[in-house]
Amino acid sequence: MPELDNVMLSRMLTGMTLIFHIIFATIGVGIPVMISIAEFLGIRRKDPYYTLLARRWARGFTITVAVGVVTGTIIGMQLSMLWPSFMRVAGQVIALPLFMETFAFFFEAIFLGIYLYTWDRFKKPIYHWLLTIPIMIGSSASALFITTVNAFMNTPQGFDLVDGKTVNIDPIAAMFNPATPSKVFHVITSAYATSAFVLAAIAAVSYLLGRRGVYQAKALRLTIVSALIFSLGTALAGDISAKFLAEHQPEKLAAAEWHFETEKGADLLLYGILDENNEVKHAIRIPKALSFLAGNSFDTEVIGLNDFPEDEHPPLWVHYMFDLMVTIGMYMVAVPGIFILMWRVKKWNEFNKPLLWAVAAGGPLAMLAIEFGWIYAEVGRQPWILRGYMKVADAATHGEGVGLAFALFAILYLILAILTVVVLLKMFKRNPAEAEFEERYGEGTAK
Amino acid sequence: MSLDVLGITVLWIFLYGYLIVASIDFGAGFFAFYGKLTGKDHIINALISRYLSPVWEVTNVFFVFFFVGIVGFFPDTAYYFGTALLIPGSIALILLAVRGSFYAFGNYGSKDNIIFLFLYGSTGLLIPASLSTVLTISEGGFLEESGGKVIFLAKELFSSFYSWSVVLLAIVSVLFISAAFLTYYADRAADVEARGVLRKFMLSWSGPTILASLLIFISLKGHNPVHFENALNYWWMFALSLFFFFVATYLVYRKRNYGTAFIAVMLQFFFAFFGYGVSHLPYIIYPFITIQESVVNPTMGTALVIVFIAGLFLLIPSLLLLMKLFLFDAEYIKGKK
Ligand code: HDD
Ligand code: HEM
Ligand code: HEM
Repeated sequence: MPELDNVMLSRMLTGMTLIFHIIFATIGVGIPVMISIAEFLGIRRKDPYYTLLARRWARGFTITVAVGVVTGTIIGMQLSMLWPSFMRVAGQVIALPLFMETFAFFFEAIFLGIYLYTWDRFKKPIYHWLLTIPIMIGSSASALFITTVNAFMNTPQGFDLVDGKTVNIDPIAAMFNPATPSKVFHVITSAYATSAFVLAAIAAVSYLLGRRGVYQAKALRLTIVSALIFSLGTALAGDISAKFLAEHQPEKLAAAEWHFETEKGADLLLYGILDENNEVKHAIRIPKALSFLAGNSFDTEVIGLNDFPEDEHPPLWVHYMFDLMVTIGMYMVAVPGIFILMWRVKKWNEFNKPLLWAVAAGGPLAMLAIEFGWIYAEVGRQPWILRGYMKVADAATHGEGVGLAFALFAILYLILAILTVVVLLKMFKRNPAEAEFEERYGEGTAK
Repeated sequence: MSLDVLGITVLWIFLYGYLIVASIDFGAGFFAFYGKLTGKDHIINALISRYLSPVWEVTNVFFVFFFVGIVGFFPDTAYYFGTALLIPGSIALILLAVRGSFYAFGNYGSKDNIIFLFLYGSTGLLIPASLSTVLTISEGGFLEESGGKVIFLAKELFSSFYSWSVVLLAIVSVLFISAAFLTYYADRAADVEARGVLRKFMLSWSGPTILASLLIFISLKGHNPVHFENALNYWWMFALSLFFFFVATYLVYRKRNYGTAFIAVMLQFFFAFFGYGVSHLPYIIYPFITIQESVVNPTMGTALVIVFIAGLFLLIPSLLLLMKLFLFDAEYIKGKK
């Protein structure tokens, strides 16, 4: 057991806050896109069902946004409180995207406020829809900016370190470091895909619970099609990320694949266990697939962990995080694929129970993939906080009370998690879609 | 203007912005809770919620802007405060989190839940109290550097007369600013009953505000004489502040020009806040950190300023749109939209 010193506790607290924040942040990035699509369809096809979808999603969104905002505020301050030495360097080199992010927040917050309270205030509905554009730009831009900061931690550049002082600073180079393109692409596509899946899961559950109206059917089809498109994007971006790792951060890929010897035609390992001599057992082996993942050719040379000093190896359990993420990634393509196939082929019924259950499971699974992906990315960076420059162990605060802070925040997140679920359930139970439809758009059409 | 002065001015302006918008929000939470307790909630709470609902998230961004900005412009400050203020900072954060999320839970979820409302109201007073202690700490005497560590002297803080007078000022100012704004808002809504209640709030918090300000001066003299002397050099700013206080109170007392009265309140705090700030310089944290020594490297500083200016071009029109729709649209305020 590692001892619970300040470094360990700071890592735990940072990890806990981020794992909690990313749930709401992912929703915050993706749901505005889905709301925008639904509202647009509602206007284009003059179909009030889609408009109602947009309205109801937006209403639930007010709750998750609030939790996203407060947890984001927490992690923003915690970075300075727990990693002061890191932030001192970061402030000199990578403050620019952090600063830009606050403008993105302003933009998002202002237009979200306007959007939520102006449903019936504009003469033309399309004006209201236009408000979704700055919201999407704001939230996706905030994901972009914060991800560049994280990318910088993985492949720092744009400065020189001379006697512990940062010189020759180039903020633009720091922001557009080698990790930025793949990371940003993967983070944004996976947020869209996950949000689409979460909404699809909600629709599937209400369908399974016996609410089999037009509303649920339309919701399912719309979210499933979106989920398929975004999941394909996520898989593509994941593939690009792996190629990035092979080139710029090979130890992270090697740790994920238990790949010790540098070689051509490397095999891809799925699951399995590692014995005390670092021999892999019970794994599914796909010949040469790792080489393909790393460089689009079956004889790409893949650098192994043994090329790195022992004390710079990331923990090897990240293998499971990587595998779980990829497995869920396949699932997220397969399930919507089957759904759409059954929908297109006339004699099949896509609303069958097993498939709906699979969709329902997809929501939580997608969110888990986000968590696994981040844990892999973050733990796989160990022992570095700034790869090649500063180790995590040298960056933590010397202040007292990290353990107490951890306990306080753990309680806070627990309460927030419970209340979020309770409040959301209450909100939608009290006001079912059919009833709201009748009330807004009159008789007859619902059901 | 040199980069350090420019940086601190930008940050101070945003902190001033936060002071105003957050005070309105914090005080409103307290009044909403108080309204519920005294059975006046049907008079004022709908009005309050009509203003707060669309803007609370924007209020929070002002705060985020400030602490991200300070890491960017003055990275060493973040280092000192970060190390020293883990526990007090965490408590302030938890209060902020409880407040923000419970507002959403209460307002969009379970309407009129008294516990949500209580937490929302009481955190509205506790947060300004805890945030204001950061300013107190920047006056010096509460941080100690030894062996490369920065230590926070909590006992000194809790037993300091100066520190408590700052807390007092923070709380009464929040209530005063908030009441002044809501009186104006109620007037726009032509809601005579609510205006009457809020106007009384505003007037009854005016005396305490000015007394608490005087108390600050007296205790600052004892706590940090250098700063006190410096403040006297800017006496005219404090005099202007006092002048605008009288203008605001007079107008509200005479039941006229509530809009002008609120602008006067803003000016009152503008002059006091900037008088305080400018006499605090060059120190950010007395006596450890000055703006000249801790300012970020010029390349980053310039980049931040460029982004800031570009950002304002986005921000100002958007804020104006927000205000036009929710502050100056009489129909909306009256609840007809
Ligand atoms: C819905 C979520 C999701 C799904 C289905 C996938 N990923 Fe992923 N993955 C993420 C969500 C995610 C993430 C949360 O967005 C991460 C964490 C850090 C990052 O940059 O993105 C991530 C990181 C990440 C990394 C590390 C990048 C780095 O550290 O720079 C690699 C190599 C992959 N992924 C590869 C894949 C592959 C080959 C997938 C196959 C389908 C896949 N991911 C599916
Ligand atoms: C939001 C999604 C994220 C999640 C779920 C996440 C998760 C984690 C986890 C689990 C750790 C602990 C790793 C360990 O101790 O082994 C960690 C550490 C850390 N993360 Fe992330 N992370 C996320 C994004 C980010 C971003 C965008 C940044 C950059 C601003 C960042 C900065 C850090 C820092 C500074 C640490 C502490 C140093 C370290 O342990 O390496 N994280 N994160
Ligand atoms: C890649 C991972 C992250 C993503 C995609 C992300 C995205 C978001 C989004 C979309 C929001 C707006 C709230 C919402 O709509 O739900 C938000 C809030 C926030 N996030 Fe994150 N975030 C991430 C990680 C971080 C990290 C590491 C930090 C710390 C530097 C951070 C700081 C903040 C802050 C300060 C807020 C509150 C903003 C406000 O007041 O409006 N986020 N985040």
